[in-house]
Amino acid sequence: MNKTVNQKAWFLVLPVLLLVAFSAVIPLMTVVNYSVQDTFGQNQFFWAGLAWFEEMLASERMWNALWRQMMFSGIILVIQVPLGIFVALNMPKSGAWSTVCLVLMSLPLLIPWNVVGTIWQIFGRVDIGLLGYTLDALGLEYNYTQDTLDAWVTLIVMDVWHWTSLVALLAFAGLKSIPDAYYQAAKIDQASRWKVFRYIELPKMSGVLTIAILLRFMDSFKIYTEPFVVTGGGPGNATTLLSIDLVKMALGQFDLGPAAAFSIMYFLVILLVSWVFYTVMTNLDKQEG
Amino acid sequence: MADMTATQPDIRPRGLPRINSRIVVMGLYLVFLMLPIYWLLNMSLKTNAEILNTFTLWPRDLTFANYATILTDPAWYMGYVNSIIYVTLNTVISLAVALPAAYAFSRYHFMGDKHLFFWLLTNRMAPPAVFALPFFQLYSSVGLFDTHIAVALAHTLFNVPLAVWILEGFMRGVPKEIDETAYIDGYGFGRFFVKIFMPLIASGIGVAAFFCFMFSWVELLLSRTLTTVNAKPIAAIMTRTQGASGIDWGVLAAAGVLTILPGALVIYFVRNYIAKGFALGRV
Repeated sequence: MNKTVNQKAWFLVLPVLLLVAFSAVIPLMTVVNYSVQDTFGQNQFFWAGLAWFEEMLASERMWNALWRQMMFSGIILVIQVPLGIFVALNMPKSGAWSTVCLVLMSLPLLIPWNVVGTIWQIFGRVDIGLLGYTLDALGLEYNYTQDTLDAWVTLIVMDVWHWTSLVALLAFAGLKSIPDAYYQAAKIDQASRWKVFRYIELPKMSGVLTIAILLRFMDSFKIYTEPFVVTGGGPGNATTLLSIDLVKMALGQFDLGPAAAFSIMYFLVILLVSWVFYTVMTNLDKQEG
Repeated sequence: MADMTATQPDIRPRGLPRINSRIVVMGLYLVFLMLPIYWLLNMSLKTNAEILNTFTLWPRDLTFANYATILTDPAWYMGYVNSIIYVTLNTVISLAVALPAAYAFSRYHFMGDKHLFFWLLTNRMAPPAVFALPFFQLYSSVGLFDTHIAVALAHTLFNVPLAVWILEGFMRGVPKEIDETAYIDGYGFGRFFVKIFMPLIASGIGVAAFFCFMFSWVELLLSRTLTTVNAKPIAAIMTRTQGASGIDWGVLAAAGVLTILPGALVIYFVRNYIAKGFALGRV
């Protein structure tokens, strides 16, 4: 759509601007303030320059948390995106069953995150949980509170359970928008199922899939509540992802300076990756018209 | 549009029975989704003795005592009331400010529009963990700590950008000629927006409201940090079940089941818009 230039449109954006300034800019400035100052208590602050940033960049702890976080986000994207597409391809396209699938699939998305954690915490317990009990009965040693691998598997299965439906629903919306004529043309050309997917369905889904990947990346990178409830970051620090580590530092130990420096770098990483996605996405939008 | 693909021809190779493989895949996936929820429901209907001492696939000794505990104790059920109050406030605030802004982004070019749009989106990316402490200090200093409005405002951090994003997508689909015709017919902006434009994007508003509800309802870190007693959300109250004698599993499970219900209700109401909604209006 060709838009007209109109500077008065700023007035329409003003309420959002004021609200976001209050709820985002002021807190963010507090963080920036802390990140460049040190304190001896009693609200006396003095300039510390970039000392906290240097300290955090040199700290093993942050790099480890960042590494674990990238592993986590990477693994869940690799599982959820193909699985989500696969589920979407198999969903009934219309009718009552389609609605049933949509409703049931949306259900995990609307469960409060700590309840998601609680569900899996219970589900995986060997004494009272179905999953843990079954694995135990099968003779597999499974204990997510003691074993690093088990803890990771539990968290990843939990996230797949929680969020794959989002990818599937987005992909499904993309699939539904493909006109029938495309499939008929493919049939005349006797295209194989794979070719239909590769040259018709996948390109038509690319827009929504970018949104899906962007949302899943952002949200998995910010994940806090679910792993905190299930493993509390343990065993040891094995599942201490970035947010868990940050909350420990800021609200647990009150190391405000380092935590603030950590926050800013954390935010910048998300920003950078999201900017890349966003640029790709807007370019796609332009190509489509 | 919705039913166009309903008659999609069978393009699979002949050897594969189409219906069956689909049912198997969807069946397995839905079982995977429902099992953990079923287990929670199962536990919520058992006594603690049955939960801890025997392993049963369905409650042998069916009891509603766990639900009775929650629904009769104000300390418990006020948590649900608090959550619903701030979620509603948040949805109303988010939509009220996002509607005009989304209109501006979808209709006009203005100085810095693209940067502003991306900057808004960055707030959707901000980890709540980064904002927990500054929010605590900010809302304490303006005297809003432990109020519903504080949590509602804090949640606008990620809901307003999302609402703007979704609504902008839906508004782009409305032809601009409608605006121009209305202005020529002598409608002012306010009257045009409320009387003509908003009904046209009603499904978009519904979808945006759904998402605001969803992300405000499921969030815990900020709502817990900003409340102590008066506005404490149900999700935070659930940690109370860890008493001196261990965890009260039955009540914990019942509380969990009750937190799923509002979401299920909301889904039921928007079920016909879910598919389009999840594409944020961009299909």
